[in-house]
Amino acid sequence: MRAATVALARRALRNSFRKPQFLAPLVVFPTLFLAINVGGLGATRSLEGFPQVDGFLDYQLASAMLQSLLLGGVSAGIAVALDIEGGFFDRLVASPTPRAAIVLGRVLAAAVIAVIQLVYFLILGLAFGVSIKGGFAGVLCIFVVGIVAGTGFGALGVLIALRARNASTVQGIFPLVFVVLFISSAFFPLELLSSPADVIARYNPLSWIADGLREPIAFSGDLRPVLVGLLAAAAVSAASIGFAMLALRGRLRDA
Amino acid sequence: MRHELRMIGALTRRGLNEILRVPGGALPGILAPTIFMLGMAAVFGRAATLDGYDGVSFLAFILPVGMLQGAGFTGAATGVNLARDIERGWFDRMLLAPAPRPVLLAGIVASASFRALLPAGFLLIVALALGVSWPGLIELGLAAVLVMGLAAAMACYATLVALRFRTQQAAPLMQMGSFIAVLFTTAYAPRELLSGWLGTIADLNPVTLVLEGARQGFVGDVTWAVTWPALVSITCLVVVFGGLAVRGMRRQGF
Repeated sequence: MRAATVALARRALRNSFRKPQFLAPLVVFPTLFLAINVGGLGATRSLEGFPQVDGFLDYQLASAMLQSLLLGGVSAGIAVALDIEGGFFDRLVASPTPRAAIVLGRVLAAAVIAVIQLVYFLILGLAFGVSIKGGFAGVLCIFVVGIVAGTGFGALGVLIALRARNASTVQGIFPLVFVVLFISSAFFPLELLSSPADVIARYNPLSWIADGLREPIAFSGDLRPVLVGLLAAAAVSAASIGFAMLALRGRLRDA
Repeated sequence: MRHELRMIGALTRRGLNEILRVPGGALPGILAPTIFMLGMAAVFGRAATLDGYDGVSFLAFILPVGMLQGAGFTGAATGVNLARDIERGWFDRMLLAPAPRPVLLAGIVASASFRALLPAGFLLIVALALGVSWPGLIELGLAAVLVMGLAAAMACYATLVALRFRTQQAAPLMQMGSFIAVLFTTAYAPRELLSGWLGTIADLNPVTLVLEGARQGFVGDVTWAVTWPALVSITCLVVVFGGLAVRGMRRQGF
């Protein structure tokens, strides 16, 4: 099963790199948002209740990473939906490939793409003056939380594609990504959010994941938010992979 | 001339028909700026307590940004639809029609201008429901003219991209153009609160003047000093991108 998973992951990655028009938006849109947020709303650091940070970019970098990872999930979902529409999925199912590898291969590819996304945003941040407060250990924490979250979002994309079965429906969830992200504390401190966004954000797992990514970048490196973020990311991953497996089983039963 | 006007009318109706026949296709263009406006207001609403916003609510400040974003998305969608027509061969058949190329372009662009009023109207209703003050008819009329103008300019830009790449896969390029044009302005904050580099870009970006012109009625009184630069700016944008699109259309089929 391991060989099949790796082979399918390699295929998914090769396809992604052959169509950069699908890969580029994963970093281009979050980069543009990051630039506009930092340039336009940097003055909000002076608001009472805003935590002490070196710069607004230090605070916003984690939100750009999270946004990019979520878009990675949408992209993985579209890729699976296109495989279903194009008939590749049916041929794969007819072959002696372990069923779990179909889901796990795509999820593994999402994890690899997550590494690339995180490296890109770290380099971008460092180039524009961010200093990672947690040092080398902090960078490791960012990668662990980010990769687990990226894996979970990738699995979520696969789950939606297996249910929807067409690329346009999966593409339609793109605005929803922003809804879920906006009602979290990814962009702004929880205490400064307007009601009722602040109440929802308090229980939104994306808030915990964002805090887990932000702590090693902007603050001294308290381990608690990182662990909470990792736990939230792991829960999203476990649930998404589990439900994606069930969706695959249901789809095979229907076929 | 009458024949040409009828042709433009027919092409405009074709574009508008899509809203009724494929309502799902118009939905993202309405939903995306609405989500953006509400999300931004919920997250960054406290920013309006900073000096510079003059006590205006963040929702009222960001509403015209949403309207112009809707216009930008509509313009981009027009380019995507044209690319689809090119891929399916319908555009080639249209080129065989006894109509000058600028007439074909005018029909496509006019439909974008009218369609842009749909997201703008929806955003206005949502904002009014959430407490934004009624700006007045003249103020709304001015905002509508600027929204339609930006949709026309963005439709011309998207047409250029569609004619160049001839595939729907160029959609992100069309969307990114309008995204950058609208947001690299005083979209989030007044000029004095923007950081140095963004302030410089906003000064150079002609859409800043369009945005300030559309915004003035929602945050205060309409003045001629803000209105005329907005009208000149939108006219220039339509003339420049329209001219380039006409040139692109004239090169088709040879």
